[in-house]
Amino acid sequence: MAEFKRPDGRKVTEMRETSAKVGVIKNADGSAMFQTGKTIAIAAVYGPKKMHPQHSQNPAKGTLRCNYNMMSFSVTDRIRPGPSRRSTEISKITEWALEPALDLEKYPNMVVDVHISILQADAGTRCAGINAASLALAHAGIPMRDLVTSISIGKLDKTLVVDLDKKEEDFEEGEGPTDIPISMTGGKITHLQLDGKINGAQLKEGLKMAKDACDEIYEIQKKALKEATQ
Amino acid sequence: MTERKIIVPGEIIVSGDEYLPGEGTEKNGNDIIALKYGLSEESNNLVKVIPLSGAYSARRGNVVIGKVESINFNGWVLDIGAADTAFLSLMEVPRYVNKDALEEVLKIGDMAVLKIWSINKRGVDLSLKQRGLGKIEQGLIVNINANKVPRVIGKEGSMIKLIKDETGCNITVGQNGFIWITGKDIGSELFAKKAIEFIEKKSSSPGLTEEVEKFLKENKK
Repeated sequence: MAEFKRPDGRKVTEMRETSAKVGVIKNADGSAMFQTGKTIAIAAVYGPKKMHPQHSQNPAKGTLRCNYNMMSFSVTDRIRPGPSRRSTEISKITEWALEPALDLEKYPNMVVDVHISILQADAGTRCAGINAASLALAHAGIPMRDLVTSISIGKLDKTLVVDLDKKEEDFEEGEGPTDIPISMTGGKITHLQLDGKINGAQLKEGLKMAKDACDEIYEIQKKALKEATQ
Repeated sequence: MTERKIIVPGEIIVSGDEYLPGEGTEKNGNDIIALKYGLSEESNNLVKVIPLSGAYSARRGNVVIGKVESINFNGWVLDIGAADTAFLSLMEVPRYVNKDALEEVLKIGDMAVLKIWSINKRGVDLSLKQRGLGKIEQGLIVNINANKVPRVIGKEGSMIKLIKDETGCNITVGQNGFIWITGKDIGSELFAKKAIEFIEKKSSSPGLTEEVEKFLKENKK
């Protein structure tokens, strides 16, 4: 593979500078901030609490309810505040990505609310949101089998790269950009999206890259939780 | 008992056949895995995780402070900050209650010190039948994180005794994080509130009792 030059000079497998912090919102039961490069997401967890309206209660197990929201000032051109088709979809995706790691059997008829706000967006917001939400859920004391980590793998022309930023997402040469956000828990995939085209062999290679990146993020998350009380 | 350390969900706390999984843990093959974020503790081969943060979860025998949310024909529904709704039945009030005038005992919005006597599928059942329980008539309520309550009480009540002695206030600590302070004047009540907020902020530092002692001495007027 010919040496590929990324716009910001990163190596193909190099993530943007990533940091995490737990306990950023005092009034929430659990909260966390997750930052990769210029993307910042905060997540607040409320609950478990009684599900209302009553007809949406599940007597078998607790429900996870996510809400993803981009702040109107998070992008250069102000976006219209409030739910959109895109944010509703990402909320649902986040629920599906987190649910397999959670153990909500002990909370029948109850709901755990996760509110994700994107303060600053530079691509990879759903991944940052999932990472922040996973930390916030742990901080809220919700039983979970493992933390959930998320990363987006990209294909620029024919080269696979880790953690796309906005500039790379708008890459126009050759085959163009392909964006693959992937979430993992304990080495298993809970969420995989594909926006673009990729062949099977390359996808397998991309998954391997995602796994390495997720391990890196896992360490950052672990550190954030361990340092929270010091 | 081994040393306590901070545990992240999914982390292996100990490995070995002799260990048993306690609260907040799960057994997977030979490993004991944490299900919750908190401090791990091991005694007599039983491993458990003590939560550090998050909402209050009700336990039997806890003394809590609750607020009346609504009144039924046979009791009161209270908010104790837990996920389940808490119910105080007519039978659990140690006095005669006129069934047509439950408001005479507790009105909506009233607060009371109660005890959790049972937890079942429907929710939490409360009782007023014990010394020290009853309606709160006056004073100050402070709300802190329920996980910090043990720090406010201290070892065998040492911390709370210190605050009581220094401020001259009477303090009742609910396990759900609500603290009721009554003193001879509002100044001493606010002083006790400040001390409790100081403990909540510094809850993880070692030698907390000495620090609080210093804080109380310095701020006493």
